[in-house]
Amino acid sequence: MSIIQHSNLLQNTERGLYCPAGDFYVDPKRPVKRAVITHAHSDHARWGCEHYLSSTAGEHLVRMRLSPDAEFDFLRYGETITHHGVKVTLFPAGHILGSAQVRLEHNGRVAVVAGDYKLGPDSTCASWEPVPCDLFVTESTFALPVYRWRDQTEIFAEVNAWWKASAEEDKCCLLYGYAVGKSQRLLAGLDASIGPIYTHGAVEKGVAAYRASGVELPETIYVGEVERKADFRGAMVVAVPSAHGTPWMRRFGKVSAAMASGWMMVRGTRRRRAADRGFVLSDHVDWATTLKAIELCDPEQVWVHHGYSAILARYLQSIGRDAVALDQAERRDENEDDEIDQAEANA
Amino acid sequence: MKRFADMYWRLDSTTKTNEKVAAMCDYFTQAPPHDAAWAISILSGRKIRQLVPSRLLRQWAAEEAGIPDWLFEESYSSVGDLAETISLVVPPGESVSDTSLVGWIENKLLPLRPLTPEQQHDAVVEIWQQTDPAMRFVVMKLITGGLRVGVSKALVTRALAQASGISSETIAHRLMGDWEPNAEFFHRVVDPNEGDTQISRPYPFCLAHPIEQATSPDRDGGAKQAAEIAAVLGETTDFAAEWKWDGIRGQIIRREGETFLWSRGEDLMENRWPEIEDAASLLPNGTVIDGEILACAIDQDGNTAEVLPFSQLQRRIGRKRVGKKLLKEVPVVFHAFDLMEVSGNDIRQQPFRERRRQLQQVLNPIRHPNLCVTELIDGNDWLQWATVRETSRERHSEGLMLKRWDSVYDVGRVRGTWWKWKVQPYTIDAVLIYAQRGHGKRASLYTDYTFALWDEGNLVPVAKAYSGLDDAEIRKVDRFVRQNTSESFGPVRSVTPELVFEIAFEGISQSTRHKSGVATRFPRILRWRHDKRAEDANQLSDLKALLPDG
Ligand SMILES: [Zn+2]
Ligand SMILES: [Zn+2]
Repeated sequence: MSIIQHSNLLQNTERGLYCPAGDFYVDPKRPVKRAVITHAHSDHARWGCEHYLSSTAGEHLVRMRLSPDAEFDFLRYGETITHHGVKVTLFPAGHILGSAQVRLEHNGRVAVVAGDYKLGPDSTCASWEPVPCDLFVTESTFALPVYRWRDQTEIFAEVNAWWKASAEEDKCCLLYGYAVGKSQRLLAGLDASIGPIYTHGAVEKGVAAYRASGVELPETIYVGEVERKADFRGAMVVAVPSAHGTPWMRRFGKVSAAMASGWMMVRGTRRRRAADRGFVLSDHVDWATTLKAIELCDPEQVWVHHGYSAILARYLQSIGRDAVALDQAERRDENEDDEIDQAEANA
Repeated sequence: MKRFADMYWRLDSTTKTNEKVAAMCDYFTQAPPHDAAWAISILSGRKIRQLVPSRLLRQWAAEEAGIPDWLFEESYSSVGDLAETISLVVPPGESVSDTSLVGWIENKLLPLRPLTPEQQHDAVVEIWQQTDPAMRFVVMKLITGGLRVGVSKALVTRALAQASGISSETIAHRLMGDWEPNAEFFHRVVDPNEGDTQISRPYPFCLAHPIEQATSPDRDGGAKQAAEIAAVLGETTDFAAEWKWDGIRGQIIRREGETFLWSRGEDLMENRWPEIEDAASLLPNGTVIDGEILACAIDQDGNTAEVLPFSQLQRRIGRKRVGKKLLKEVPVVFHAFDLMEVSGNDIRQQPFRERRRQLQQVLNPIRHPNLCVTELIDGNDWLQWATVRETSRERHSEGLMLKRWDSVYDVGRVRGTWWKWKVQPYTIDAVLIYAQRGHGKRASLYTDYTFALWDEGNLVPVAKAYSGLDDAEIRKVDRFVRQNTSESFGPVRSVTPELVFEIAFEGISQSTRHKSGVATRFPRILRWRHDKRAEDANQLSDLKALLPDG
């Protein structure tokens, strides 16, 4: 297999995206010496590197998830540092708090690694912005035309309506979202006038990091701190998906459970989850916004990874763009974030 | 239509029986009668034949979405369901003022079929412009003829009973037989007064419950099985034992000089079994009999002789008209085992002992080779029956039926009255060679498998199976399929032959339509043989050795 490389700026290697000119990795898959990480999700922020660079906005989250023994540097959005002649700048990716696109510049050429990103509003993190570049590296988690997100205000209205209706039936609502990012975005969208809001342990840790970073969230109560016989009728509990179907659920009495994720778009996935409701809310780009982002950055070349890579690359080629799929095998990403949750829940 | 689509999604989003019944009950209470009649029709599984060819729908959907055909196909392959793919890929429409379910079906959907492809195109695109994804999914399911709601008839019956205040037995009976989904039909279903006037209307069938037996091998004299079953059912004296035949369940109705022969799937089987209709014409008016249609030898004296294998009966299934030659080669006999109506009286509430006595009384005077009372199997203890059961296969039977002497004729599958005690299935170890995506809940996973056996160093497909693995195993196989696909043709993936599964099946027969030369009946996965490699799987000759003689 020939090496996929863009000048000496970026190279696709076994260990992940490597910058030969600067001798560092972006979101490495294995422990390396120097890593620039786009955000705190564990498939991007891996353990075991000696030195990490990430955004100031995500400092609390990154420190929460990585070993304190490593060395850290934090960089504000828009600020530039130079490493071995490579200019490194971070721009908001709109995915979760502190998520960043990594802009690399060397010898007049510019590459942008977007990491996970989404377009559109999210009050818990800075919005994605287009960064003109020669090489754009995009994710493709939801890069199929079946994925089309609706406006988040509509989704939150549905979530709150479901909560209200369940509360009227004296049920407790269990709302599942990934521990870091999704849960806090959900919390920010909840109408706290309906009832009290509780959090699962894994979610509460993320909430604390968000609050410490200055993000405003409604008042929450950590489930682990209330007495066992507490009355949960009419309450909302935000939890991680891996808590579903475990004995932990029992204390809430009669519940209505819902999952919030982009995967909820497809009926088969929704039904397999065995939740009562599925809300389509994602922190990744959908089909249309993926294309829009590429249009706005208008790169010479696009690298696609992290999902439906081959399909998106083929489509981009068909509309006249130079595009390369970095990973060929079809991947089911559906579980990826669950594993994070699992690790969190067990921590 | 919106009301119906909402009910569909309510049903789809819950696995709780009570909530399903409530969703349907609400619908039946609120919907106009004509809509409700169509809803019954759809909910009870009556199909509308495909109205527009799928090939065209895919093409148009890709056009409307502004994507190339291959990308539509990739989307379809990921979603696993055509109607759903269309509902998601085509941009959402502006929902215009809603029409009733009847309005949609009768004025918009059914008229699609006779149109030219160009006219169909315009009509379908207009429908897309008028529907959001949730409603479009339901509409497309109706257009592609694949709306499966996943509620049993018993549940629909319960919802109707709840909505109307009429007993579910009466509702179940009124839903039987022939009817058109119109307002008048719905009124009849929920009418508190109406007597039954339709002479062709069958009774709902009573179904048997399987006896779950811990798998101990057969042909050991049956002692273990006998002990096991005694623990579940108690005394043999409470039960009658019959053969569990593998044919077509049927109900003969003789009323007002006319004969109606119904299948369990509620098809009126006209002219398909002329010799049985001939025999039935000898029955007195006001008689309804339950039994099994079987291929049977008839001896020289014109008496019913041994039952022939199902593969013989198969030669007559599906033939609307039967030729003289086939009639002669494969005679069929109605083995009667229950009586629901005699002299025009519904006797389903009388005990089985009494019904059986009257059945004999009705049939004894009728000497006809194509109609007989099924024999009762002698026996005083479970061991004796277990021993007899071991001979089932030789008699082309699937095992024993056990019926409580004091049981009423129930509607549907009620635990505790009729039991089927099947013989252990045949098993072979076969290799997974093809996989395809499943349906419904499993539409995005590879769950439909084809298995093969060795024949002179080649793997020859012998069975397709869908069920038998648990969720965790299905996910594992799904991952294996994705990582080991050697070739894809359409939705089917050919995989590296590595995984071995133990496959169980109920019967086997010779077949010219199968490459392997044999057809298996009701194949299913028993377990994943992690301990076996592909080369350890069975030979095709091992399977052929199980073929019955002749
Ligand atoms: Zn992420
Ligand atoms: Zn990610």
